[in-house]
Amino acid sequence: MEERTIGQRFHIDFPLLFGIIVLCSIGLIILYSAGGQNADLVYRQAIKLTIALVAMMIVAQLPPTEIARWSLWLYICGIVLLVLVIFYGDMGKGAQRWLDLKIFRFQPSELMKLSVPMMIAFYLADKSLPPRFLRVLLVCIMIVIPVVLIAKQPDLGTALLVATAGFSVLFIAGISWRLLLSMGVLAAAGTPVLWYFMHDYQKQRVLTFLNPEHDPLGAGYHTIQSKIAIGSGGFYGKGWLNGTQSHLEFLPERSTDFIFAVFCEEFGLIGVLLLLCIYLFIIARGLFIAINAQHTFGRLLASGLTLTFFVYIFVNMGMVTGQLPVVGIPLPLVSHGGTSMVTLMLGFGIMMSIHTHRRFLSF
Amino acid sequence: MAKEFTLKDNEFESRLIARRVFFAGLIILLMVALIISRVFYLTVIQHEHFTTLSKSNRVKITPIPPIRGLIYSREGVIIAENKPSFSLEVIPEQIEDVDRLIEQLSKLISIQDSDIDRFKNLLGKKRRFESIPLRLNLDQKEVAIFSVNRHRFSGVDVVAGLNRFYPLGEELVHTIGYVGRIDEEDIKQLDESNYSGSTHVGKLGIEKAYEDILHGDVGFQQVEVNAQGRVIRVLDRTAPRPGQNLHLTIDLSLQRIAINELNNRRGAIVAMDPANGDVLAFVSSPGYDPNKFVNGIDTRSYSALLSSRDKPLINRVIQGKYPPGSTIKPFLGLVGLDNGVRDLAQESWCPGWFSLKGHDHRYRDWKKGGHGYTNLHKAITQSCDVFFYILAYELGINRIFEGLSWFGFGETTGIDIDGEASGLLPSKEWKRNALGQAWYPGETLIMGIGQGYALSTPMQLVKATSSLANKGKIVRPRLVSSTSDPISNDISYLNSHIENTIQVKNQSYWDDIITSMKDVVHGVGGTAWRSGLNAKYKFAGKTGTAQVISIAQDKEYKKEEIPEELQDHALFIAFAPVETPRIVVAIIVENGGGGSKTAAPIARKMFDHFMGNNNLISEG
Repeated sequence: MEERTIGQRFHIDFPLLFGIIVLCSIGLIILYSAGGQNADLVYRQAIKLTIALVAMMIVAQLPPTEIARWSLWLYICGIVLLVLVIFYGDMGKGAQRWLDLKIFRFQPSELMKLSVPMMIAFYLADKSLPPRFLRVLLVCIMIVIPVVLIAKQPDLGTALLVATAGFSVLFIAGISWRLLLSMGVLAAAGTPVLWYFMHDYQKQRVLTFLNPEHDPLGAGYHTIQSKIAIGSGGFYGKGWLNGTQSHLEFLPERSTDFIFAVFCEEFGLIGVLLLLCIYLFIIARGLFIAINAQHTFGRLLASGLTLTFFVYIFVNMGMVTGQLPVVGIPLPLVSHGGTSMVTLMLGFGIMMSIHTHRRFLSF
Repeated sequence: MAKEFTLKDNEFESRLIARRVFFAGLIILLMVALIISRVFYLTVIQHEHFTTLSKSNRVKITPIPPIRGLIYSREGVIIAENKPSFSLEVIPEQIEDVDRLIEQLSKLISIQDSDIDRFKNLLGKKRRFESIPLRLNLDQKEVAIFSVNRHRFSGVDVVAGLNRFYPLGEELVHTIGYVGRIDEEDIKQLDESNYSGSTHVGKLGIEKAYEDILHGDVGFQQVEVNAQGRVIRVLDRTAPRPGQNLHLTIDLSLQRIAINELNNRRGAIVAMDPANGDVLAFVSSPGYDPNKFVNGIDTRSYSALLSSRDKPLINRVIQGKYPPGSTIKPFLGLVGLDNGVRDLAQESWCPGWFSLKGHDHRYRDWKKGGHGYTNLHKAITQSCDVFFYILAYELGINRIFEGLSWFGFGETTGIDIDGEASGLLPSKEWKRNALGQAWYPGETLIMGIGQGYALSTPMQLVKATSSLANKGKIVRPRLVSSTSDPISNDISYLNSHIENTIQVKNQSYWDDIITSMKDVVHGVGGTAWRSGLNAKYKFAGKTGTAQVISIAQDKEYKKEEIPEELQDHALFIAFAPVETPRIVVAIIVENGGGGSKTAAPIARKMFDHFMGNNNLISEG
C-alpha cells in the first residue's frame, strides 16, 4: 500500500509553491510602482504568471522517468532550432533571438536553459559517478555547442545561464577537484579569445563595468543611476511608490532588468534582507528535493536547476549593485516579462515532479 | 576495470551528491553574504553620499516639442500661428498640500474655479512627477508678480510655451478646424515618443487632416536639474524638427465676400477652381471662434454652441445635406441627351402640372399657368418642372441613378479634410435595403426636380458643377496646395488629382447644357437674368429652390404662413467665365426662399470680385 499526501496526489510541492507565490506577489507589487502605477501592466503580468503556474503544474504531473526519456530529443531539437534562428530568426534590439512561429514568437535559447541540464543529468546518471575524464570531455562539448550558438545571437546573459546550468550538474555529479581546477585555468586563459569575439556593445559594457564614471551619460548611466537609487533608499527605504530616482525616470529599464534597484530604493536594506530570505527558502527547498530524490537523474537535475536559479539572482543583483557588468539577466520571478518566467516555472515543475513521484514502500 | 561493470552503487552516489550539494549550499550562502554586504555598503555606509547625489544634481532627459507648422491663405495671410504664452505649472510630487498651495497662489494670481477643476482632473490622470498647468495664458503682470514670489513656491513654475492662435477667428473655422489638448483617446492613436513633449494635437479640419505634416519631430535635451526639479543647465541637445507650413488654396478676399453676403444667415458657400480643384472659398455659416477650443472650452459656452438653433458646429459645406432641387436639372438634361431619350428640339407640353396615367395626383410646376411648349433649353433656362417630370419618367430611376453617379452624387468628394457626408443618391436597391419598400413611379418624377430622397452637400454640388464646366473632367477638390519648410523655405507642391473623365456619346451635349446654363443668366426669361445684368463677362448657372416641407395638394405655398426654419432653401450653382471656366460656386442659403432672388446675386458678387482681381493680375 502506498500512502500519499494531497501534495503527492496532485504532484504539488507546497513549500516550493508557497515560496514562488510570495515572490511573484512581491514582483507584482514592485512592478506597480516601477511601471508608473500602471494597473494594466500589473494585470497583464498577473495573467502571464497564472499561465506559467499552470504550465508548471502540468509539467509536475509527468513522472521523472518520462522527463529523462525526453532529454535527448529536447536537446537535439533545441540545437536544431538554435541553428534555424541564425538563418531565419527575427531581429529584436540588435540581437537575433526569436523564431517566429506565426502563432507566437519563440526563443529557442530559453529552451536550452532546461534541456542542457536535463541532457547532462540524463547522460551522467546512466553510468556510475563520478564521471571519467572522457565523459567529462563529452559533457563539456554538449555544453559548449549551445552556449556558443546563443552567445553568437548575441545573448551573453542566456549563454552564461545555460553554461551555469550545465556545469553545475557536472559539479554536483562529483567531477574531481583537479579537473575542475584545470577547467578554471583553461577558462581564464580563454578570456582574451572571448574578448576578440565579443560585440562592440558587449566590450563597452565590460569596460564600463570596470570604470562606470568614465562615461556617465552613455554606457555607465545604468550603473550609476541604479547605485544612486539603491544608496539613497537607505536602511528602511523611501516607501512604496515613493522612489524618486525610479519615478523621475532617471533609472532605465526599471520594470525589467533593473527592478531590483526600484525595490532597494523603496524598501531599503530591510526589504532586501526579506527578499533574500524568500529566495534562500526556495533554494533550500530545491536542494532538499535534490538530496532526497530517489534517482541520480533527479538528484542531478534538481540541484542543477536550483543552482541556475541562484546564479540568476546573483548575477542580476551583482549587476544592479554595480559589482558585475551589465548583462541582460532578469531578477527571477520579480522582473517584468514572460519568456524567462515560463522557463523558470517549468524548471520548478520538473523539481515538483521529482519530489512528488517518489515511491515509498510500506512494510 | 571491474568496477565499470558492477551495479551502480546508489548509496555511494547519494552520499557523493549530498556532499557536493552541501558544498554548493555553502558557496550560495557566501555569495548571498556578498550581496548583503554590498547592499549594506550602498544603503547604509554610502547612504549620505547617494542621497546627496539623488537630491542635488541630477541629469534628466526632457523632450523638446517641435514648433507646429503655420497655415497661410492663398495670398499669404497667416491663418494659424503660434503665440508665446506663459502658464503656471505645478509638479504635484513636490507639493505637500495642493489645496493650500492653490489658496496661497490665488492671493497673487487670479485662479478661477474652472482652472481648479481642470487641474484636479489632470492631477488624477498624470504621474506625480509630471508638471501640470494650473493657470494658462498668464499676462506679463502676472508673470512678474509670480516671479518675485517664486522662492515661496517650490514645485511651481512659470512655463513659457507656444499657444496655437487663429487670428481670423471664426472666418475659417470650418476649413482649418482647431487643435486641442491631447486627451486619452488621442494618446491611443499617437506616437508616444514623438508626442512626448507635445500638449496639443489637431482635432478638426486641416489641423487634424494634416497633423503629421504640421506637427514635426520631437527633439531632446539632457538637462541638469536640482532637487526641486528645476533645470540648472542644459548638457546636450538634439534639436526638434519643426512642422511644415501649409499653404491653403483659400482666397481670403473671396472668402470674406462670401461671409459678408451670407451675413450670419444659415448657409454654405463653396468656390472652386475647376482646373485643379483648388477650393477658393469655403464658408459654413454661422461660424464660431476656434480659439476657445485650444485649451478646452468651458461647459457653458460649449452647450450654448451645441444648443444653438443655427447649429454653428456643423460644417455645412461637407456635412450639410440638402435636396439639390432644380440645380439637378442640367445634370439630368445631359443624362437624357446621352441616353437618347431626348434631343434638343423635342418639346413637351407644360400646362402647369403633370399626372401619371391612371393617377389623379398632380405634380405641379412652380409656374402656375405652365410654360407651354418646352424644349430642353427652355426647360433649363426657365426651370420648367413638368419637362423634367416627363424626362425623369422616360429615363426611369435606374438610368437616373447611373447618370447622376457619374457626377459623384451619393459619394464623398474626397476633399482633404475628414468628416465628409456622402449625401444620398437613391436607387431601387437602396430603397429596398434601407426602407424595405419598393420604388414608386412618383418618386422617379420628383427626382427630376431634385426632391424626394436625394440629398447632396454643397461640396458635392460644386464638384459636380466643375465636372460639367470641365466637359467631363472630374477634379478632386483640395484645400492645401503646397507645404513649405520653415527652415529652408523649400516649397513642395502637392499634385492636383484628376479622378476620371465622363464619356458622353457626343461632345456637343456638354455645349448644349452649358449654353442653356448661360441663358439661365444671360438669356431671355432666364431665372437668374437679374444677376447677369451688365456683367463684363459671361457666366453660366442654375437656380434651385429646395422644399423643406411638402405642400398638400390643395394648398399653396405662402411664405408668411410658414415658420422660418420650414421655408425653402435657396440654391445656386454657377461658373465663370463660360468659355474657359476659372471659378465654380455652389451656394445654399437655408430657408432663404428662391434661388434666383437670394442665392444668385451672391454668385455675381463673388464672380465680379474674382474676375476683376484676376484680370488685374493677368494684365499687370
